[in-house]
Amino acid sequence: MTRIHDMGGRFGHGPVEPGQPDDPVFAQDWHGRALAVTLAAGALGQWNIDMSRHARERLCPRDYVNFSYYEKWLAGLADLLVETGVLTRDDLRGEGDDAPHPLAARRLRAEAVAGVLARGGPADRPCPAEPAFIVGQAVRAMRPAANRLVDGGHTRLPAYAAGALGYVHRVHGCHVLPDSNAHGLGEAPEPLYSVRFRAGQLWAAPEHPDDEVFLDLWQSYLVPA
Amino acid sequence: MPHDDHDHPHALLPPDPALRVRALETILTRKGLIDPAALDEIIDTYQNRIGPRNGALVVARAWSDSDFKARLLEDATPVVADLGFFGRQGEHIVAVENTPQVHNMVVCTLCSCYPWPLLGIPPAWYKSDAYRARAVREPRKVLAEFGVTLPEGTAIRVWDSTAEVRYLVIPMRPEGTEGMSVEELADLVTRDSMVGTGLPRAPA
Repeated sequence: MTRIHDMGGRFGHGPVEPGQPDDPVFAQDWHGRALAVTLAAGALGQWNIDMSRHARERLCPRDYVNFSYYEKWLAGLADLLVETGVLTRDDLRGEGDDAPHPLAARRLRAEAVAGVLARGGPADRPCPAEPAFIVGQAVRAMRPAANRLVDGGHTRLPAYAAGALGYVHRVHGCHVLPDSNAHGLGEAPEPLYSVRFRAGQLWAAPEHPDDEVFLDLWQSYLVPA
Repeated sequence: MPHDDHDHPHALLPPDPALRVRALETILTRKGLIDPAALDEIIDTYQNRIGPRNGALVVARAWSDSDFKARLLEDATPVVADLGFFGRQGEHIVAVENTPQVHNMVVCTLCSCYPWPLLGIPPAWYKSDAYRARAVREPRKVLAEFGVTLPEGTAIRVWDSTAEVRYLVIPMRPEGTEGMSVEELADLVTRDSMVGTGLPRAPA
């Protein structure tokens, strides 16, 4: 069983509202501020991208549904700041102190922003072993879709693909394994594959017999078919 | 780290989201952990400097230069980096090409992964539950909501961005654009056409 964020294929949603091409990047000023605070706090180096995704995913389902996009970011950020000991609950209540923080030396300065954004965070790593699968090979996604290191933990295998038959389309090299990295268990790089699934493997009533869905899946998400 | 703490710290912040951001920013600034000028810089970068014009230039170049397109489809990351497009949320780029037989469409069903250096910050619809839930299962109905109807003979490939690989759709070059410059062609490339929910504009 996965979490509330894993919504691929879910029924019950209304139409997509495409908006206008010239809609502002940030619909509200606080949206931009929320993104920027999140990126700047991330630059303190106390968590990684997989931990921050997991922080949003493990909001309780009621909050996940009711919060707007950037509210989820803020909630995940606040939770991470406390869990990693950067801030205390008293700080969030506005009852903390303003004493110099041990991490202040790591503060992201305005002049460093361009460099930090340009560097990004590449996820590819040297491969610990040869990939087990080759392009064209038939594979099956693990079922159930679940983190197999931490019960209820972060995974990037969507539930809709669990158990489905697919074919390796491309090998991306080795990438950090989110299921491990999100829980501080190390980067554990593994071969990452682009896997092609026929829509009929995934859905009871596919729209078109030739439609396909491609997912990027780590080697441990797959077994030979 | 516990992953199910039902006494979530975030509930201690003010309920109004704008006030919640301000509270967090104030707390972190007072402790010397963030620099408000850095926040302004981040916002300015994504509001004014990095957006879909970058991706449009890549597409227009691919339309104009078959050798460039071949290299882009083979391994896009170094090719777009040469044009100055790299960095956060664009560390690993794959370009996929639309043809009369295949239409490509990109989604992130698990969150909101999107090629920031090429397209900027994703629009609200891309991050919506409706798009995330439906794009993989009923892409044709979703396309219709964007005003796009594909020929019956065109198959759809939906790319679910489940890892750190980010996808750029190379739409088909519109007819009647022979002899146009890369800059002129880029004006025809819409953001949505590079996500696969739209088609490029026809030339005037």
